[in-house]
Formats: sequence, structure tokens, C-alpha cells
Amino acid sequence: MSDLVPISITVNGRRYELEVEPRLLLVHLLREKLLLTGTHVGCDTSQCGACTVLLDGRSAKSCTVFAVQADGSEVVTIEGLERDGQLHPVQEGFWEEHGLQCGYCTPGMIVSVVDLLNENPNPTEAEIRAGISGNFCRCTGYQHIVKAAQYAAARMRGVSS
Amino acid sequence: MTTMERPVLPKLIGARVKRREDPRLIRGRATYVDDIKLPGMLHLAFKRSDVAHGRIKRIDTSAAEAMPGVVAVFTGKDLMALPGATRPVGARGTYAAKIGAGLPPMPIGTPFPSPDHYAIAPEVVRYVGEPVAVVAAEDRYVARDAVDAIVVEYEELPAVVDPELAMQGQPTVIHEGFPNNLALPYVPMGTGVDPATGQVDNSAIDRAFAEAEVVISQRMVNHRVAPNAMEPRGVVAHWDAGKEFLTIWSATQNPHILKSMVAAVLGLGEHQVRAIAPEVGGGFGCKINIYGEEYVAAALSRILERPVKWIEDRSEAFMATIHGRDLICYLDIAARRDGRILGVKMKLIADIGAYNMLLTAAIPTLTMLMASGTYDIPAIRCELTEVFTNKTPTDAYRGAGRPEATYFLERGMDMLARELGLDPAEVRRRNFIPKEKFPYTTQTGAVYDSGDYEKALDRVLQLAKWDELIAERDRLRAEGRLVGVGLAFYVEVCGLGPSSSLPTGGWEHASVTVERDGRIRATTGASPHGQGNETTFAQMLADLFGVPIEHITIEHGDTGVVRQGIGTFGSRSQAVGGTALMMAGEKVRKKMAKFAAALMDANEEDLVFENGMIYVKGSPSTGKSFAEVARYAYVPVPLPPGLEPGLSEEAFFEPPNNTYPFGAHICMLEIDRETGEPRLLKFFAVDDCGNVINPLIVEGQVHGGLAQGIGQAMFEEVVYGPDGQLLTGSFMDYALPRATDFPWFELDRTVTPTPVNPLGAKGVGEAGTLGSTPAVVNAAVDALSEFGVKHIDMPLRPEKLWRIIHGRGQA
Repeated sequence: MSDLVPISITVNGRRYELEVEPRLLLVHLLREKLLLTGTHVGCDTSQCGACTVLLDGRSAKSCTVFAVQADGSEVVTIEGLERDGQLHPVQEGFWEEHGLQCGYCTPGMIVSVVDLLNENPNPTEAEIRAGISGNFCRCTGYQHIVKAAQYAAARMRGVSS
Repeated sequence: MTTMERPVLPKLIGARVKRREDPRLIRGRATYVDDIKLPGMLHLAFKRSDVAHGRIKRIDTSAAEAMPGVVAVFTGKDLMALPGATRPVGARGTYAAKIGAGLPPMPIGTPFPSPDHYAIAPEVVRYVGEPVAVVAAEDRYVARDAVDAIVVEYEELPAVVDPELAMQGQPTVIHEGFPNNLALPYVPMGTGVDPATGQVDNSAIDRAFAEAEVVISQRMVNHRVAPNAMEPRGVVAHWDAGKEFLTIWSATQNPHILKSMVAAVLGLGEHQVRAIAPEVGGGFGCKINIYGEEYVAAALSRILERPVKWIEDRSEAFMATIHGRDLICYLDIAARRDGRILGVKMKLIADIGAYNMLLTAAIPTLTMLMASGTYDIPAIRCELTEVFTNKTPTDAYRGAGRPEATYFLERGMDMLARELGLDPAEVRRRNFIPKEKFPYTTQTGAVYDSGDYEKALDRVLQLAKWDELIAERDRLRAEGRLVGVGLAFYVEVCGLGPSSSLPTGGWEHASVTVERDGRIRATTGASPHGQGNETTFAQMLADLFGVPIEHITIEHGDTGVVRQGIGTFGSRSQAVGGTALMMAGEKVRKKMAKFAAALMDANEEDLVFENGMIYVKGSPSTGKSFAEVARYAYVPVPLPPGLEPGLSEEAFFEPPNNTYPFGAHICMLEIDRETGEPRLLKFFAVDDCGNVINPLIVEGQVHGGLAQGIGQAMFEEVVYGPDGQLLTGSFMDYALPRATDFPWFELDRTVTPTPVNPLGAKGVGEAGTLGSTPAVVNAAVDALSEFGVKHIDMPLRPEKLWRIIHGRGQA
């Protein structure tokens, strides 16, 4: 067993001081130690994006980040997107537009769309498709996810859909 | 109370109701198997074979057993009913006594002969990824470390990879007792075949080919793909030694079948097992099977008296979760010059991999069953051979046998159209089963319930603006671009099925309870994992009882809550499960009407359930609230004569037949002349699944099916090397489609209800995978028509297309 390393990490606005194995993946820290199981693992090669979280404001695949690399960072997971019990507009969009079926890719997909819309508040269909191309969905064929992103973009720009 | 104003509730059947499953899923609050943690839980990891075919000479588990945190290591011989099973095993003591007789070979669900298949290979491994040992450890990372510390020596045997060589026993025979690797040596079906005796009379099919003015012949491969549900498999097992009771959570499509099979393999009664499918992250057929890892987890929890968890990695999933398709077809079509088909022959060779799983042997028989497609074909002869190879076993993958039939036939229809210089829509139209001929019995014995194929064809031609589409193609071609248009028609067999067609039974179960406060709790034996039945089933009950949908909960996926069930597969939930639910609901409604009639001194036949009220038709103001009648049913003073208290009923629905949804897909595809890269430009789909409860959910199902069907045609392929090594073992090498790979799907529907169930619903889960695959390949062949290409085997890899364009022959 390797020696434990102290880290300090802020997750969904709450600060944690922890000691972790150097090889512990961020996604396992979130899921196993902090019990934030909304972030999923769908592959072991950083392809599927089910584990996507916001790391210091940008989307990151948490299966490809060691917990020790996130020392001093701020992480937002799917559980941290709501504000005062209100769904984030992207979450709302996924519900309104049937942007999910089995729900397994959904948390990572939602976080990727949040990141996309932070960067580009008014994306075209092609830009949305490119923006979520790091996330696999096997259920929806992506079309309703594109609509969910369009819905959220309109809401966040203050346009009623 | 009774005069209170009540809001008018809209009718929900047929409405685009937002899903009731979604809040927990979009908030990250759902519970999948890997989210379950039990006190004292151990983690399992499997050591898997890295050779395709070999005899285990030696397994050294000592280093693994010595690692801190490792509780036990079991090999196949340790765990199975074989000599060697009585030796003491494990790092922390002797478990031999608890193993008892050991785990027997795994049962299958088809009546065909099958070689022994152990959950952990005791002597011979037959595919890369087959388990050879299992580790139980305190921590997931430690379990994986321990697996890496196990050393296995194999005597390598020749790998059997090519199914057509395998049929000649080359390079070797995989299973004793199955000469020439034939799992099923020869099964004929169709015209002139007596299903009872197997006697074959060739006169009709020979006559069809003798009279033919044109014959189309083509060998085609419907290649192997990996289902890739985004949630890999997983299982948690908890043996309660005090109660002698097993609870097993699994990412499964059918917890009731899991319960039965785990009980049988562990030597328990079914009353000693509770199986739970918690949130399940997609299935697409691959989670129908009951896998070795599930039996091992259950057995180890019992032996170690600790809860255990096993979660599959994606790399494991590529090797150890069933694959789909993998069927070779030698197709011959006999036709007249006017395009009318006289006869069809399909010689099918199924590469089923190393073992028979639950439904493995049955899947290719569905290809034969659906060989007539949507066409009135007077003579059909199918011949099926199933072959063992050193590959992962195949089984049901979305569509399961029907996409293969559709692909072969619809490719053949296009070849026929091209040969005769006919419009591909026209050649299909000339052969359609006319709508007045339903119910229609095909030459392979399917009884199609209902259909109006011309209507669906006309609708899709209209949706795609066919003539304009062809004109656009020709205009782009004139610019030197390689553009093609593809059309395909399909018919599905869904709503599986009468009990005669399924070894598990083909019914479904439901229960409906109106609680004391008027809220409704219903259970279904269907086990949705993305299909949205918590919404669609609640829509149905909301209309039936005239109450708000928010007052209804649909429970599923837990044999401790759902008394009986079969599960979700074969597009059966709505057609079979939905009907069972309506039957149970109607029983409760009838009984509730009796209570209401007694309470209101009215005639039960005159009562209306609407807007949260029960009242005599025409006078809503004098009615009783739904909740008030519910309370009365549970505190029935006085009890109306002939009634028992309470409002809880159940129902089993046994469908008299399958359902046969159908549809037509059209697409436009371009191939880059320089790189050979194909790009889908347009896609149109018209699907007819009978009556629809929720169009939003139906659209989602169609989209997903299209993506998987297009994925197979264009990108996805499981590839094995000549040594039987899996070359596509991760998402780095297996091309799962991404959002950028698809155009906007344009959908429409026709509605042809089925007479098979009172809902008129046929099922839609698999439909998208049927028409899309041949439509895409038809478009690709059309795009390359200037090169004289007759057929291209899928997937449409750029290299393959580049070779055709640049005259280097087919890859």
C-alpha cells in the first residue's frame, strides 16, 4: 500500500481535507469517499465522458485525473448544479426535451453542456454536437440532447422558448 | 366536499408527457448497482483468459492470496462441481465445506444441445476474457492488484476464428461432442419444410428458381457488434446466513428470470431469493442474460458470509458481455422481369462464439422467421447452421435476429431493383403483402397481425420528398460528388410473445392498488431501464381512474415488490406489460365502482371516473371524491353484500400472438472521393408501432434505434485477429457513434393498431435498428454505382470505400 497524501479540495462549495492514495482517481474520490455517486464511470480509456465534472470551471473527465492532481481545486459535480432547489437550466432542458433515457451518461452530458454554454452561449446545432462529442450516449441518438442544449441556451440568454 | 370545484384533468394517453423518471436522473440522485454500499462489503475482480483457446496447465494464486486486504481467491476447480473442489481454498481458511457440491454448469434458455459452460473455466478456456479465477478483497483497487498477481500458464490450442473453416472442423474442434464445431448442424425452415418431422420437400422452391427470369445471388455478412450499454454490468449479492436468504442487485433487464436461475444454480428455492434491478443504465439485450459473474457473486456471498460487489470495466465488457449479430447469409432471389419475386433462399451461418448463452441458439432462428419481410413471397427456403468459434458468445442485441433478416432481404431488394432498372420504391411496392391479406401467414410460419405497407411507403416518400431527393443527388453527382440515396422497408416481430415461444413464459404480470388515501401504487413485471414505463404506464392509469398522474407510482424491478414478471426485451413492455396493467387496473376500477355505487346509492354501470371524482354520468356535482370512495373501501361500514374490503388486484396477460410493427427509412449519404470517408447527410424514418401512449418517448426510442442501426452500418465492428485476440477491446478501437456522426432525424408515423391486444400497441424499442442499417448501405452502394459496385459489406470504413474508389479492389 502506498503512502497517503494530504489534499484539500472544494466540491460543490464544500471544502474537504483528506488523505488519499496517490493513485486514487478523482472519480473514485467523489464516488467512494464523498458518496457523490451522481458522477458515473462508463469506460476505462477516457472516451465516454460519463465521469465529466467541472474542475476549476472547465469540464474534465474525472476518471483521468488523480485526486492528488485536484489538490487545491474546485470541483462541481451533477449534485452541485442546482441553486436553491431550482434545477440548472441545462437540467431543465434535459427534462423538457426528453434528453435522456437510461440516465447513465446524463450527469456527464449535462456538465459538458454547462461547460459548452459557458463558453458559447448561443451555439449552432453543429457547435452543440461538437461540444458533446466527448460524451457517449447509447440511448438517445443525441437529437433530444441537442434540443435540450438549445432549450437551455435560450433560457440562459433570457429568451423564452 | 362534493360540490367543490375541481380542475379538469387532461386525457394523457397519446400526450407528450414529460418523463417522471427524470428528476432523480438529472439531479444525480438515482441509484445504480455501483452506487450500492453494504456494511462489510467485499469487492470481486476476475482473472480472465488472455488466450483464445488453451488448456490451463497451472494457476498460481499464492502471491494474490498473500496480499493484505485479499480475503479469498477461487479458481474454476475450486468453485465448480469437479474433482479438486474439495480441497481447502482461500487465504483465510477452508471454504470447501460450504461449497458443497459446487456450482453446476450454467443453464441456458433454449432446448438445443449445449456443451458444459462453467462460470469460471476449470480446465479449458475458449475465448479471450473467459474467467479463470476470482478474487474477493476489502477494496476495489486491491482486488485488481491481486488479479494482476495471479499467474496462469496455458497450453495454447489452435484458435478457431473463421466460422466457415470451423464448420469443417478447422483448425480444431472446440467442444467434445460437437463435431465440426456445429452447435446446430442444419435447421431448415420455410416452404416444403414440415416443422414436425423436419422432412424437406424442395419442389416448390426449385420450381420458383426454374421459372425465374432473373436471379440475384450475393454473400453478405451482418457482422459482430458490441451492445455497449453505457452502464457496464454489475452485481451486488448479500447472503443473509440467519434467514438463509439471498438478495441480489444486478444491472439486469429481467430480475424475475435472474431470481429463478440463481436459485436453481445455487440449489435454493425461489422463495429464498430476491432479485433487484435498481436503476439500470441501458441494456439493448445484453442484460437479458444471466452471467457467470452473477452466479459467482451469489455463491461467494454465501461462502464468505459477506456482501460482495462486482462491477465490470468497459474493457471487460468488450470481452465478457455478449456480442450481437455475426451472421453470414448466402442470399438468392428468384424474380420475374417485372420485379415480382417468385422465391427466396437464405443459407445462414451464425458464428455464435464459444458457448451457448441464455438465448444464443434461438436468435438466428428469428432471422429465418422474418425472411419474408414485408413481401408476399410464394416460396422461401432458409437453412441455418450455428457454429462455435473461440470468440465471446453472441446473444440478443437490439433487434436480435430481425435486423439481420431485414438487412439481407433489403439489400437483395435493392440489387433486384438495380438489376431490373426499377425504382427501389417501386420494386418493393410490387411485392408488398396487400393490406387486405392480413392476418398473413408467411412461408416461414410467422402470422403477421396487421399492416398497411403502401401507406408507410407513401408517407416516407412524401417526408423525404423522394423525387426532389433523387434530383438533388443527381445534381450533386454532376458536380463530381459521390452521393447516394438509400431506402429500406422493415417488419419486426415484437410484443414477445405467447408462452409457446419463450422458455420463461411469454406473459406479463401487473398489480394495481388504490391506497386508503386514493393514491395509486402499481407494479409491473416489465423492468424498464430507460424506456420510460414509469411515465407511460402512469398515463394509462391516470386516464383509467381519472386522477392526476402525480397520484400514481409505478414500481418495477424488484421481485420482493413485484410478485411475478418476465421482464423487458423484445419490445414487449407496452404490448404485453401495458395490457396486463390495464387488466389489473380495470379489475380495481370495477370493484371501486361497486363501492362508489353503494355509497351513492347509484348503479355502478352509470358511474364515471373523471377529474378526481366518481359520479353518475351527467351529474358531476353529486359525485364522491376518488379518495372518499377509497377510504370507504378500506373501512367499509356497512360492507356492501358480495364485496371483500380493499382495492388491490393483479393480472397476468398472455398474448395470443406477437405483434408486427413496420416502417420505412430513407437516407442520403456522401462519400469523400479523396479520403473515402462516408457522411450521412439526411435521414427520414416512418415507423408504425400501432397505437402510441406517449409520442415523445416513442420518438426517443426511434432515435436511439436509428443511432445503433446506423452505427452498425457505418462505424461499429468487433474484430478478432487470426489468433482469436480481440482487437477492438476498448472505445479507442471500437467506434461508438458520437453526436457529430448523425444528421437531424426527420420522423413521421402511420398508425395501424394490432388486434393482438386491447391497447392496439405493437412496440417500438427495436424498430430503429431494422430499417436504418440496410438504408445506409443501400445509399453507399448507390453512391459508388459509377464504380460498378454491387455490394459492400459493413461497416463502411473509409479504407474499404477508398479502395473501391481508387480501383484497389474490395477490402
